Amino acid sequence: MKTEAAAVPSLPARGEGQAFPVAVICLVILVVWYIAAIPMNWVVTESKIAAAGGGAADILYYSWNEQRPVIPAPHQIMMELWNAVFMVKPWAVKSLLYHGWVTLSSTLLGFVLGSLFGIALAIAIVHSTFLSKSLMPWIVASQTIPILAIAPMVIVVLGSLGFTGLLPKSLISMYLCFFPVTIGMVKGLTSPDPMQLDLMRTYNASASDVLWKLRFPSSVPFLFTSLKVAVAIALTGAIVGELPTGAVAGIGARLLQGSYYGQTVQIWAALFMGSFLAAGLVWLVGVAERIVLKRMGARP
Amino acid sequence: MTAAAVIEARDVSLTFQTADGPVYALSKVNLTVTEGEFVSFIGPSGCGKTTLLRVIADLEQATDGRISVNGMSPQDARLKRAYGYVFQAPALYPWRTVERNVALPLEIMGLDDAAGRIRRNLELVNLAGFEKKFPWQLSGGMQQRVSIARALAFDPKLLLMDEPFGALDEIVRDKLNQQLLELWDRTGKTVVFVTHSIPEAVFLSTRIVVMSPRPGRIIDIIETNFPRTRTLDMRETPEFLAVAHRVREGLKAGHSYED
Repeated sequence: MKTEAAAVPSLPARGEGQAFPVAVICLVILVVWYIAAIPMNWVVTESKIAAAGGGAADILYYSWNEQRPVIPAPHQIMMELWNAVFMVKPWAVKSLLYHGWVTLSSTLLGFVLGSLFGIALAIAIVHSTFLSKSLMPWIVASQTIPILAIAPMVIVVLGSLGFTGLLPKSLISMYLCFFPVTIGMVKGLTSPDPMQLDLMRTYNASASDVLWKLRFPSSVPFLFTSLKVAVAIALTGAIVGELPTGAVAGIGARLLQGSYYGQTVQIWAALFMGSFLAAGLVWLVGVAERIVLKRMGARP
Repeated sequence: MTAAAVIEARDVSLTFQTADGPVYALSKVNLTVTEGEFVSFIGPSGCGKTTLLRVIADLEQATDGRISVNGMSPQDARLKRAYGYVFQAPALYPWRTVERNVALPLEIMGLDDAAGRIRRNLELVNLAGFEKKFPWQLSGGMQQRVSIARALAFDPKLLLMDEPFGALDEIVRDKLNQQLLELWDRTGKTVVFVTHSIPEAVFLSTRIVVMSPRPGRIIDIIETNFPRTRTLDMRETPEFLAVAHRVREGLKAGHSYED
């Protein structure tokens, strides 16, 4: 029995009954974290604990409530997050919403630019064996360069040309996130099987008809898988882009200031903000994926 | 009846160059198909029946000999959209509903009255009422009928079918054979049909082209001389069995068992 020409894109399975395992893992992490905080903070807390008497209650109190701990306890990070998100005005310099927004805006711009660039590259590569042979090595090579090495140059060069703020950071996001989109889309655009392509040939269809009516729709499941990776690394790119510039705003700037002043709680709060942003962005792409695939008739 | 030649093949050969040396897929094939005929190519796998159909459709190019479709080269015929092609699998686009699958050639060719063409052709294959379904919601037989409606949608005079019912079970196949015959009778199209089933070939065809492998060649062409309207009961008649016997003998004679 011949199988149906193209695999019907199936919807990602919904997370049913996942709550319990996830809760267990979270609990285990929290327990390990709290226990590990005691020896890890010992350097800072030893003298204070000794001064207070050195009882078990003192050990726990000082290990988990140190102002500048080596590793802050989870509740300290949550408190800092709460304060930096809800207790200050969103546009205040201390607000993580403000910094999160600064990073998010350059992430989104970089993500959009990178995705469009990635798709355009993939279309070019699929249509030209010359380009696929000549461009592919460069595309792969581009990703072997450490972004931390190239980011300062990009920022400095663009800065000297008069581009500052959002755009240079976005370009670093774009540089990171076009890659998975190109790789995924090349695979997606070449995924139609020979029969579906032959059908287009019997219609004497133009290259643009083949692209828009066959190759592009076939590639949509591949596109969304790539976009999930791309949006997460676009955020990484935006944060990295904020580090070498001594940026005053953004999650990266917050991380940098935290490390200058030994504010570990602040660093961790910023890290958590970054993870929440990444998780939210990946989730949003997933929602878009479900909506689009459903409209494309995927099996529920 | 003197009808115009739709397909004319003169000494058509096709050799594939492979790493293991040349493969003679077709060797000196001579064939004329006239308008309104139902011609079947039958033979074991590797006999070149699908290759010959693909040469007619300009999906492969002959390496030697001359072939014309509607009096022009297969390429010109393809560029003029002279034929509808039905593949071994339905090859429907899974993100399109039934009606939008049938609409695909109409969109590409920019034909008018799309709604009317879709309705008429879905009625022709008995699929009225399934317009909004996605392919995965249909059975294999229904999917293949959609692909036939799609091939007919732009009203080509020539229908090329490559083992369209090969993947279906016997009962569904019988039913679709009957429907295909009715469709052929009603529309007066020329049909070239590839199969490896003797009863199917005999039941459907006005002429049966028996082919043999290594090299792919024609070893017999059999006229069936049955009336245009046929029923499945016909398959029990002596005339039917006689033709089937001749096809079987031809296949046996052409099959080299040495290799």
